[in-house]
Amino acid sequence: MMIKTYDLEANDFTAAGSISSDIKKIAKSYGMSVEMIRRVAVACYEAEINMIIHSHGGQIQLNVDDDWFTIVFRDTGPGIEDLELAMQPGWTTASVDAQSMGFGAGMGLPNIKKNVDTFELLSSPKGTLLRIGFRQKGESV
Amino acid sequence: MKLQSMIGLLQATPVTVNDPYIAFKEYLYVSCTDLMSDALAMICTNPAQTILLTGLANGQALRTAEMMDINVIILCRNKTLSEDNIDLATSMEMNVFTTSLPMFEAVGVLYKEGLKTATRNDDQNI
Repeated sequence: MMIKTYDLEANDFTAAGSISSDIKKIAKSYGMSVEMIRRVAVACYEAEINMIIHSHGGQIQLNVDDDWFTIVFRDTGPGIEDLELAMQPGWTTASVDAQSMGFGAGMGLPNIKKNVDTFELLSSPKGTLLRIGFRQKGESV
Repeated sequence: MKLQSMIGLLQATPVTVNDPYIAFKEYLYVSCTDLMSDALAMICTNPAQTILLTGLANGQALRTAEMMDINVIILCRNKTLSEDNIDLATSMEMNVFTTSLPMFEAVGVLYKEGLKTATRNDDQNI
């Protein structure tokens, strides 16, 4: 079992993607298929960007065991007001600044869900928890 | 089409080249967008044969290409990268070029030469 934890600062666009890049390298080191590594990277990057744009900051934790590659994104608020709306493609509350960086089109959460094997999203004003999982063995998604 | 030919058609110049053989590699598909969310959600072609054509000259364009396993970016409208982002591109072994053409014209040139779209709007899969 391998666990790695990363701290993430809100609005830090300079570092945005560096955690996903590291997780992608770890996925490669586990001998995953190219297609699966890409799914891990895309889902992780979308979630990392979401945290940078929308949250007050938080932590990302990678857990790897024999069967699962799991990533947990946990922030300290302000939470997602309407989870159902947030899952609709095109719905967004992103700022103009975020959109000028090429994001905030309302595609993040739907695209994450499309790329993962398990998806769990919980939110309150105190924070949001997103847990995504990838089966290490066998075909998935 | 070899990247070398594409570069010639677009009269593009290198911003940073990290693969000495990149000009001789064949590319068939182009993803043309300033919206990285779209690139992440909709590129469905072999990344080794796909180019990202964009006016977004920042670290997020580089990161998006990195996550998608794309190794060539062409920037439109004479955009270029900051020194920090050139260093980032180098660390990723990314190859970045720039053309003075606006995106519409750059896409038109490549489309006319037979390059295909790398993206699809497959809402049913989202």
